[in-house]
Amino acid sequence: MSKIKKRAHAGTLESSDAFIEIEPIEEDKIKIELQSSVEEMYGEDIRELIKKVINELDISHISVKVQDKGALDYVIKARLQAAILRANDDEKIKWDKL
Amino acid sequence: MIDSKEIKNITKLTPNKADFFKASSKNHSGKERFSKICESIEESIKRSGLKDGMTISFHHAFRGGDKVLNVVMDVIAKMGFKDLTLASSSLASVHDPLIEHIKNGVVTQIYTSGLRSKLGEAISKGLMEKPVQVHSHGGRVHLVKSGELNIDVAFIGVPAIDRFGNATGYKGRSKCGSLGYAMTDARYAKYVVAISESLEEYPSFPASITQDQVDSIVLVDEVGDPSQIGEGATRMTTNPKELLLARRAARVIVNSGLFKNGYSLQTGTGGASLATTIFLSEKMEEENITASFGLGGITGTMVYMLKRGQIKTLLDVQSFDEFAAKSLGENLNHIEISANQYANPSSKGAAIKQLDVVVLSALEIDIDFNVNVLTGSKGILRGASGGHCDTAAEAKLSIIVAPLTRGRIPTIVNRVNTIITPGNTVDVVVTDQGVAVNPKNIELKQRLKKAGITVVEIEDLYKKAIRICGKPKPINYSDKVVATIRYRDGSVLDVVRALA
Repeated sequence: MSKIKKRAHAGTLESSDAFIEIEPIEEDKIKIELQSSVEEMYGEDIRELIKKVINELDISHISVKVQDKGALDYVIKARLQAAILRANDDEKIKWDKL
Repeated sequence: MIDSKEIKNITKLTPNKADFFKASSKNHSGKERFSKICESIEESIKRSGLKDGMTISFHHAFRGGDKVLNVVMDVIAKMGFKDLTLASSSLASVHDPLIEHIKNGVVTQIYTSGLRSKLGEAISKGLMEKPVQVHSHGGRVHLVKSGELNIDVAFIGVPAIDRFGNATGYKGRSKCGSLGYAMTDARYAKYVVAISESLEEYPSFPASITQDQVDSIVLVDEVGDPSQIGEGATRMTTNPKELLLARRAARVIVNSGLFKNGYSLQTGTGGASLATTIFLSEKMEEENITASFGLGGITGTMVYMLKRGQIKTLLDVQSFDEFAAKSLGENLNHIEISANQYANPSSKGAAIKQLDVVVLSALEIDIDFNVNVLTGSKGILRGASGGHCDTAAEAKLSIIVAPLTRGRIPTIVNRVNTIITPGNTVDVVVTDQGVAVNPKNIELKQRLKKAGITVVEIEDLYKKAIRICGKPKPINYSDKVVATIRYRDGSVLDVVRALA
């Protein structure tokens, strides 16, 4: 388990995209704040996806704020991964983990 | 047959010469004749004899630019009327102020083709005690003629009128074009109030609504906002997905076996549908084919084809934009028709029964080809039945054009939220991921395949949509019914329930 170093964001507020902001927090947990135009239909799925992506990258102590405009799963995944890489200033990206 | 008793009684009748002399002497003495023109909307309502519990009607030719319904409803509310049935041929987003009149008990029942915006949302959440009756454009005339929808007072906004009630939609400032839906109300309502902003010299003919139908006239500052009447309907799309859909729909028509000299066509508004007309126009020019008529809501594109001689006649029940509205007054072959002549199933002659091809849009289509154009993905009322089920049922070929998904929302679903058009009246569904042909059309399917069109099964389209978007969580409805979907013959096709 590792922490992220700083705040970062990725994505846009365009239709079919998501704007994702992350920051490190004190507590050992994944805090998710989701606003979605498809909340009723896919809200639970999106929360599951966010947890899955973060767990796969072995991250903890993180707050994730997502403003989703109906993005498909792979878009949300890519935006979240990008934000995490930016938050860690990764020089050597472990592509096999993404 | 006249019986002998009646004939005997005729001899007992006495001539009333005296009254005739009195009447004529009145006129010669210079006394004012009875005037239909009222000082205010309030005066016209008093003259109409409106009472609590009655049915009032409006039409939707001004679309999002309507300035009549809200103004009249405010006066009616101020005068203290309650428990009215509101029968508007449709309702647009501009009619959200109705929410207050429903809350205050002024309106307790609604008949309409469409519901949108905050009004649709409020009704979806259970605002009304009695479910809204959602009808098609043809079905409304049937409800009126069959006596269920008994209009006591019709308030008909018209762009121009003369002092005796001859009105048209293509003169004046706020041109709406065809008054096709208002014509039904003018003919069947017990009392007709015409509201206009432009007074023409008597007699003003040709007229869509005539002097023998109008009881009162009120002149107001404005009946419509011309910039909103089109409500963006003629916008030519640049969206590549919509262009692809349109090109594909045009290919389906060209290869359907109906694409011959003298064929007929109806297309709706919306990007893909409009673009289909343009691609067809190119193909018609190439193959030297002319259409006998274009029907329905008429757009500028159709007018362009009329002017180029590609379509011989336009039958216009509603003008979708300013070009169509203007053309109605200018082109001899651009003909105004009433809703009864357009789509009423019990009419002696509805034009859709002569129609070859109709291109329609959809919010949802299910694997049984049922179509929803009324409720959105969240189960909220946000569309209109319109002529969808009328034209699908009667045209020789009904084509639904829709993208497989809109953002993350699947368009092809397992079961539509609300059935407006039954699947057995839908022939072809055109999507960006392939064309699905209703299994009943064996021959058509072969034709399209032979022409090299990507024909797929609708179940496969559904699976593909779910693979892309994920399976949506079902909408959480309560038991309360907020809208009843009436099919064109008046039968109940489906219900819409309140959100839980």
